[in-house]
Amino acid sequence: MNRYFKTIRLFWSTAFASQLEYQLNFLIELLAMLGTLLGSVFILSLFYTEGRQLGDWSWESALVIQGVYTFLDGLTNALLRPNLTEIVNYVREGTLDYVLLKPIDSQFWLSVKKFSFAGLPEIILGLSIVFWAAIQSGSSFSIYSLSLFIISLLIGFVILYSVWFLIAASSIWFVKTWNATEVLRALLAAGRYPISAYPVTLRFIFTLVLPVAFLTTFPAEAILGELKITILFFGLMLCGLFFFLSRFFWKFALKHYTSASS
Amino acid sequence: MRIFGLSYKVIKTLLTTQYAYMLEYRIEIALWALSGVLPFIMFSLWSQNDVGNTFGLNDIGLARYFLSAFIVRQFSVVWVVFSFEEDSLSGRLSPYLLQPLHPLLRYVAAHLAEQATRLPFAAAIAVTFFILNPSSFWLPSLPQFFLAYLSTHLAFSIAFLLQSLVAALCFWTEKSSALERLIFVPYLFLSGLLVPLSAFPSSVLKVAMLTPFPYLINFPAKILSGMSVDILNGFIAQILWMLILIPSVNILWKLGVKRYTAMGA
Repeated sequence: MNRYFKTIRLFWSTAFASQLEYQLNFLIELLAMLGTLLGSVFILSLFYTEGRQLGDWSWESALVIQGVYTFLDGLTNALLRPNLTEIVNYVREGTLDYVLLKPIDSQFWLSVKKFSFAGLPEIILGLSIVFWAAIQSGSSFSIYSLSLFIISLLIGFVILYSVWFLIAASSIWFVKTWNATEVLRALLAAGRYPISAYPVTLRFIFTLVLPVAFLTTFPAEAILGELKITILFFGLMLCGLFFFLSRFFWKFALKHYTSASS
Repeated sequence: MRIFGLSYKVIKTLLTTQYAYMLEYRIEIALWALSGVLPFIMFSLWSQNDVGNTFGLNDIGLARYFLSAFIVRQFSVVWVVFSFEEDSLSGRLSPYLLQPLHPLLRYVAAHLAEQATRLPFAAAIAVTFFILNPSSFWLPSLPQFFLAYLSTHLAFSIAFLLQSLVAALCFWTEKSSALERLIFVPYLFLSGLLVPLSAFPSSVLKVAMLTPFPYLINFPAKILSGMSVDILNGFIAQILWMLILIPSVNILWKLGVKRYTAMGA
């Protein structure tokens, strides 16, 4: 276990050093992030004209969802995107061989090798919005609601990671899968809005098939003190299932790996 | 007859080879088409929450607008900056620059060929949409279709030129695709992909109309869906943006090529 922590520290400190070379990138990411946030809050505000509400969510609590989305988007940009989009390249160029030869779990190696520090401001800003908007909507934090919030965020992140990794792992067979990742990202954008704002069929799909609801709506409910504990248990089971599936699928995929250029 | 200084034969060869190349990547292009579902997600939100009335659209109007936005987006997607960055970093650009053909025209051909490959998939998605929302079915009249077709091509041209402007920055910086994000963000919110622009408060709308973005989705989609729209002014604005962008791309490109140092060669 210790070995894994040490490896992460080494990975991320080299990532930090190499990214210092591209400071302009950091600035661009920051600008893009602020623009995105401004735009999405603006679009959200269009739903709240004439005293209307979006799926029974008050303006402030809908902002909590925007915050959770921003936070997860930051994590995606920092960790998921840089690592999981690379898997395709390893397969295509045959460099996956080197990864498999290393005396460490290959899924672990592929998932944490890189860390993009440009995602950090988004993570911090997202959390700030969550807490600010939650206070505005009059929720009082307790240790209970905070721990539920943290657990549900973890659930959301693990589900997101597993689904993404599943798609990335399929590149063992179909080399170019990054378009499939684009489909996933497009669907995840649905998480910007509360799940109850969607028509019933979509609500069903976004809860059980592609669990977008667990990514943003349920963590937001947790911090607002409205999350039902049964949903949390259900989420734990679902994220365990997805994570197990991603691991199982990776092992299965590796059995079919034939390496490139040989 | 020569277009952009190219003979008919060159154009035909470019388009057919690119089309053959794109056909090889059918599944990826199908996935690309599918990744444009955002207008449908937004449609389900707007119609479920009865917001359409505030900007004068009933459910059928909303459905038609968002389907049109989807279609326009399908045929105006541009990725030249990403191809160009890859070609530039891997050194493939050097032989392209030696050929008596502007490298950007090669990318234009690739985009047009991809649109042709994408057509059946986009059509299949549109049919699925009609099956799910049968009441929204409509066929635009012939002049409507023709005008929408024309304005979508103009939208594609503007988007292509905008991205070429960023791509030309590849000559100065290694990672110009990061700069593309700075165009994509205002595009996402101001183009009308998420909501028809008539929903905007008038102050925001005024600012938005000063940018090229509303002419990339909102304007062609409104024509296609049969909403009332100032057609003449829209086309004038589209052509005006092209007249601004073409010389800008040209100048930046010429300056850039002088700096080109053939990376990776």
